[in-house]
Amino acid sequence: MSNFYNEILTDHNIHPVHKHELSCCTCTRDGVNPSCGDEITLNLSIGNGIITDGSFTGSGCAVSQASADIMLDLVIGKSTGEALRLHELFMKMIHGDADESEIDELEEAGALSDISHMPARVKCAVLGWRTLNEMIS
Amino acid sequence: MKMMNERDYKQDFPVFEQYPDLAYLDNSATTQKPRAVIDAVSRYYREENANPLRGLYELAVKATDAYENARTAVRDFIGAASEREIIFTRNASESLNLIAYSYGRSEIKNGDEILVTISEHHSNFLPWQILAKEKGARLKFLKCSETGEYTPEMLRKALTPRTKIFACAQISNVFGRLNPIKEFAGICHENGTVIICDGAQSVPHIPVNVQELGVDFLAFSGHKMLAPMGIGVLYGREELLEKMPPFLYGGEMIEYVTLCGATFAELPHKFEAGTVNAGGAVGLHAAIGYMNAVGFDETERRENELTAKLMNEMKNIPHVHIIGSDDPAEHHGIVTFTIDDVHPHDIAAIFDESGVAVRAGHHCAQPLHKYLNLQSTVRASVAFYNDERDIWRFTDCLKTIRKRMGYNE
Repeated sequence: MSNFYNEILTDHNIHPVHKHELSCCTCTRDGVNPSCGDEITLNLSIGNGIITDGSFTGSGCAVSQASADIMLDLVIGKSTGEALRLHELFMKMIHGDADESEIDELEEAGALSDISHMPARVKCAVLGWRTLNEMIS
Repeated sequence: MKMMNERDYKQDFPVFEQYPDLAYLDNSATTQKPRAVIDAVSRYYREENANPLRGLYELAVKATDAYENARTAVRDFIGAASEREIIFTRNASESLNLIAYSYGRSEIKNGDEILVTISEHHSNFLPWQILAKEKGARLKFLKCSETGEYTPEMLRKALTPRTKIFACAQISNVFGRLNPIKEFAGICHENGTVIICDGAQSVPHIPVNVQELGVDFLAFSGHKMLAPMGIGVLYGREELLEKMPPFLYGGEMIEYVTLCGATFAELPHKFEAGTVNAGGAVGLHAAIGYMNAVGFDETERRENELTAKLMNEMKNIPHVHIIGSDDPAEHHGIVTFTIDDVHPHDIAAIFDESGVAVRAGHHCAQPLHKYLNLQSTVRASVAFYNDERDIWRFTDCLKTIRKRMGYNE
């Protein structure tokens, strides 16, 4: 039995920090999981290769919404290169291949590591990250 | 209600030896299989298997008998006039597609109207949407009341002289509500409209007699009524089936083939191209035998009692909303619901952690969800082999879900 509905996830779901419009964003992209109806719009403000600000809007399950919020916490203030590296690490964790120190690097996103045992929910957890990757890679 | 003295039907279902504590409440998606069915399929392949309908040796005759005896059992089970009216398919979806491709494409013309209910499963909706587009026909929707009710009056108003087909489930897979199909059939026939009934959720749970209902077509799946996956049934009135062209072409559906033409086999084999699913048909035969032995009196009583217990508990839990009627008797084991602020996929995942299997999503009824202004819902569906423990496991978990998602009540 897994317990991915932990406090970190439920807190980011009910009280997201980055779920709002972003007027000054430099790029925006929609991410959708058609089979389950999760959808987000990711907004980023990027200058000199640094993600200076970011936000998202959308609707969907707690996993998809909390994961996007946690991701933005992690990548805002980082370079796009670093964000891509964190994306790689997150995907590695979701596939159950990351070691403890790698999961530590993901900070709160590490709270989603149990999703690797729930194949049907992987697409929820990676929706934000997948959209981010499409925007900056 | 003295469930204490009830027979433990789970003993008949080997899957519960592996999962003794599982509250399996996804019976509308597919039921578990009793030992009688599993053994019958196994026995067929161990003792009677050959390619039915064509071999000229003893084993092939046995296989043919096994397959055709299953057809007779289905005929009796749904009260059809003749075996010629029973076509074996893969499932209800294939049965409905067969009607749309064969009957639909030969009978529907530009400007005709096809009426479907707004709550149809995609399998009784998409074939008609595609057919209407192809033929330049008009697809119209019969809309239900807030509690999922369709009345004869609503149907009368929606029919026009151009309505050629009315497609309607006998029991909705979302509301669980029983539609008055017999009255609908009468109204349709007065109007010269063919009525196509999706029996996927009704045939497993209530006695269905096609002649009494007066439907032109009835489709259902074996796997939702204890039989293996991959065997389904299309009932059609002989007069209609006779004039319909084949749906699939190939082996064992012909009478005579030359380089420039062919004549086709008699009913029902005209619609059963290729090697058939004899093992599946034998499994369906065994499922019907099992259901007859238990009896609809017993299965309906148990399902209604369990549904009533489930719904009565749910009504006392804040933030839980049941879709459709308040009356458990109108749900036929299907209870679809939402919880405020919690996404159905999260709800289903938390149930899973507690050993409860339910369905989450749009249940292949997206037009209905849009009509009801719902993104998605959760569905619990009981079968007679469920017991009180399953219901308590479900409701105990349900009470904790908002708290587990971080809401302090």
